[in-house]
Amino acid sequence: MSARIGVVTFPGTLDDRDAARAVRIAGGEPVELWHGDDDIKGVDAVILPGGFSYGDYLRCGAISRFAPVMNSIIDGAKGGLPVLGICNGFQILVESHLLPGALMRNESRHFICRDQKLRIENADSMWTRDYFKNQEIVVPLKNGEGNYFADPATLDMLEGEGRVVARYLDVNPNGSARDIAGIRNERGNVVGLMPHPEHAVESLTGPTTEGLPFFTSVLTSLVSA
Amino acid sequence: MTDTVSAAQANPDASQPFAELGLKPDEYERIREILGRRPTSSELAMYSVMWSEHCSYKSSKVHLRQFGEKAPKTDALLVGIGENAGVVDIGDGWAVTFKVESHNHPSYVEPYQGAATGVGGIVRDIISMGARPLAVMDPLRFGPLDAPDTRRVLPGIVSGIGGYGNCLGLPNIGGEVVFDATYLGNPLVNALCVGSMRHEDIHLASAKGIGNLVVLYGARTGGDGIGGVSVLASETFDADGPAKRPSVQVGDPFMEKLLIEATLEVLHAGLVEGIQDLGGAGISCATSELASNGDGGMNVWLDRVLLRDQTLSPEEILMSESQERMCAIVTPAKLDEFMALIKKWDVEAVVIGEVNASGRLTVDWHGEQIVDVPPRSVAHDGPVYERPYHRPSWQDSLQADTPDSLPRPTDGEQLRATLINLIGAPNLASKAWITDQYDRYVLGNTVLAQPEDAGMIRVDETTGRGVAISTDCNGRYAKLDPYNGAKLALAESYRNVSVAGAKPLAVTNCLNFGSPEDPEVMWQFSEACRGLADGCLELGVPVTGGNVSFYNQTGDTAILPTPVVGVLAVIDNVDKRTPMAWSAPGQIVYLLGDTRDEFAGSEWAHHVHGHLGGLPPVVDLQRERVLSEVLVAASLSGTIAAAHDISDGGIAITLTEMAMKSGIGVKASVPAGFDPFVFCFAESTGRAIAVVTAAHESVFIASCSTAGLPVTRLGETGGDAVEIVGQFSASITELRRSHEATIPAIFAN
Repeated sequence: MSARIGVVTFPGTLDDRDAARAVRIAGGEPVELWHGDDDIKGVDAVILPGGFSYGDYLRCGAISRFAPVMNSIIDGAKGGLPVLGICNGFQILVESHLLPGALMRNESRHFICRDQKLRIENADSMWTRDYFKNQEIVVPLKNGEGNYFADPATLDMLEGEGRVVARYLDVNPNGSARDIAGIRNERGNVVGLMPHPEHAVESLTGPTTEGLPFFTSVLTSLVSA
Repeated sequence: MTDTVSAAQANPDASQPFAELGLKPDEYERIREILGRRPTSSELAMYSVMWSEHCSYKSSKVHLRQFGEKAPKTDALLVGIGENAGVVDIGDGWAVTFKVESHNHPSYVEPYQGAATGVGGIVRDIISMGARPLAVMDPLRFGPLDAPDTRRVLPGIVSGIGGYGNCLGLPNIGGEVVFDATYLGNPLVNALCVGSMRHEDIHLASAKGIGNLVVLYGARTGGDGIGGVSVLASETFDADGPAKRPSVQVGDPFMEKLLIEATLEVLHAGLVEGIQDLGGAGISCATSELASNGDGGMNVWLDRVLLRDQTLSPEEILMSESQERMCAIVTPAKLDEFMALIKKWDVEAVVIGEVNASGRLTVDWHGEQIVDVPPRSVAHDGPVYERPYHRPSWQDSLQADTPDSLPRPTDGEQLRATLINLIGAPNLASKAWITDQYDRYVLGNTVLAQPEDAGMIRVDETTGRGVAISTDCNGRYAKLDPYNGAKLALAESYRNVSVAGAKPLAVTNCLNFGSPEDPEVMWQFSEACRGLADGCLELGVPVTGGNVSFYNQTGDTAILPTPVVGVLAVIDNVDKRTPMAWSAPGQIVYLLGDTRDEFAGSEWAHHVHGHLGGLPPVVDLQRERVLSEVLVAASLSGTIAAAHDISDGGIAITLTEMAMKSGIGVKASVPAGFDPFVFCFAESTGRAIAVVTAAHESVFIASCSTAGLPVTRLGETGGDAVEIVGQFSASITELRRSHEATIPAIFAN
């Protein structure tokens, strides 16, 4: 039986279908989760997809963080449930305090969409173990507020504990501190990522298929758990 | 005090500000005749906005009829001109709807919101047909790149398109960015949306079924954009004219996203009898069109409309162009279920009216009747003008001023310099600074996006069935000869989808012109319509709908006539698409078609010499059709590795674009008997570069010969430069430097 991966739809979520497709291609079973429902249907892992939940009003992710479904996800994450937040999902994870730091407006003050080179810095998280450390990949990046910020002590802590999951290579597209593209929690079950691996799972539509291991990783993690 | 029907009867001679609302005296008289009394102020508001040029097409109607009259016979058209958007059958039970519209004037006044709401409006047209929007494209025109006002307008327009479209979750897959001095005071912002649905999900804007309810849902109605459409789209920006510049509408893409999801859910649940989006003329337009297309009667309780601003008068509510609103006709039995699904998406809805058998559109305001009109007289039977037109006095001298005497490059070094100059010319330079602000990946079905020749979207994930779209227009050609200029726009768009391997099916257009009150502009318009209708008939692709934008002129200076043509094409399996660029060294490069000494209206004449004169390139639609058939067949059989349209800038530009995209160079020879300059830069149409591997070469050449398509071997891919043998070589690095520097030099901080 394949693992059941929940994909949450908030009002204004855009990449939910893409995340579900990526789960399917990876061999998992995507399960639709609704923001207003605190039942997460017993899923084995959760993806918070990209988009503009609540129109990014107030602050990206600030309203979604209070959705009923987040109560169950936050509880689950604290108990080891694998959670991947992509783009707006990453913003929701930092607003939920499952991950440290904040995501600010891009340094250029423009939305940017580009094929972005990354280095996988940590292949120990539940969402990156099908990569090898220092593997270089190209996946789409598209955000207006992807400029990762944290105080120097937090950044040092993240670096020291190997919790920087992915780093921008060649170009830092949004001004992120220390070129950080993604981070994980201490336990490695929660990962926040600004680029979009779900858009790099088919050679037909993506620049590469190098995003797919994020989705196979969690299946591997669940089997070995 | 509210003006009511009984007050209008009691007080028939009250003077009314019809002229301020843009109505002519004879139009006002006609309203009085229709009603048999003076209109109430609410009725006057409705007629004035619905009879505006923008809503009624009163100056263009007589010319647009040709698109129906000359329409080619086709089984592909499921819904034709007149609905919110045309619908085309693409096979396997799939239907596709697409349309392009202008938002030119609002975007000049307020670039961000003007462009944003342009995207919003066209997307609602697509939803209201029952389709899920798949992608957007934006053909844009600006004044000179380095003009101060372009610096004001362009970044705002680009941010607005991105800000709205990105938040809405629709990939932006193409379009155009063109610079010309005539657009300085009149930038063009056209927006195209394409959507798909199953045949059984097609919905139309009609209010049928006596007793059915009219539900308004979406954003609340506010004071934004009151009179926006009629006033902004019908008057030029005259320095000392009256201050008729009401607020441009403000968009909320988040609400629009909710509206898409909520609408598709109620449509798929079978809860909707008829549906209409609210755009220009707001409630006036939606209710009168629904009633006019339906059983003929409707009563509206206007005081039930949910308001953002409680002080709005009934006239303002009727005219408000607040964005992100839809109107649905729902049976009483299904109302609860409808309301529950709308509420699921946190969208507000309210019943504002009822379909009845009165044959009249009546509107009540707190128990008093303020509107009582025949709906057709508002929605469909507006004035029709046969505006006078004549060939401009300057047309002959313009055509006589050919580019033949312009100094041409005479040796390899000059040709090389010309290429490096042209590849960095504003119209040919990389538009990445713009398109990188648009999400092209969302929804995960984007197969091709800019800078490819066409945008391509996968419609069916199981079978791979998809569509390709391109929009094109060379306004300089249209100025030189509007009849053939429109055909050339069609030809280029048709060719652009064909090189990608998709079979052209249908056409949409956005006809951007100066003032229809200028007989010379009106001649350009009539010629362009005639050319496009003739061209569509010859190519067998029907026009499914479109939009006209007049009054794009500042003082006496009209924009270049700009009939933007969008061609929709189908591809059975997107896996078979043909990319624009070669993928490996050692691939063989062929030129398809004939090259002639044609430079009038060319990018070379424009950029290098600032010259516009002569006759545009010869248009040969039979050749275009053959070229298309060969390219589509080669894509299907897998005998072609890449193909790229040859248009602005000629062969040298085409080869350079392919090389820059792939990162691999090319070595091409000038065919015997050709002048190297003509070979490199002439803009003869009906041509493409085709790339094949050695294994498929003989089959491909045979297919061209069988079709009677001229095919010339130019050379092979390889190296890191574009080399024209015996003439010059330019490295990809150097070409990219020129290509990529131009736009950021102006706009990057």
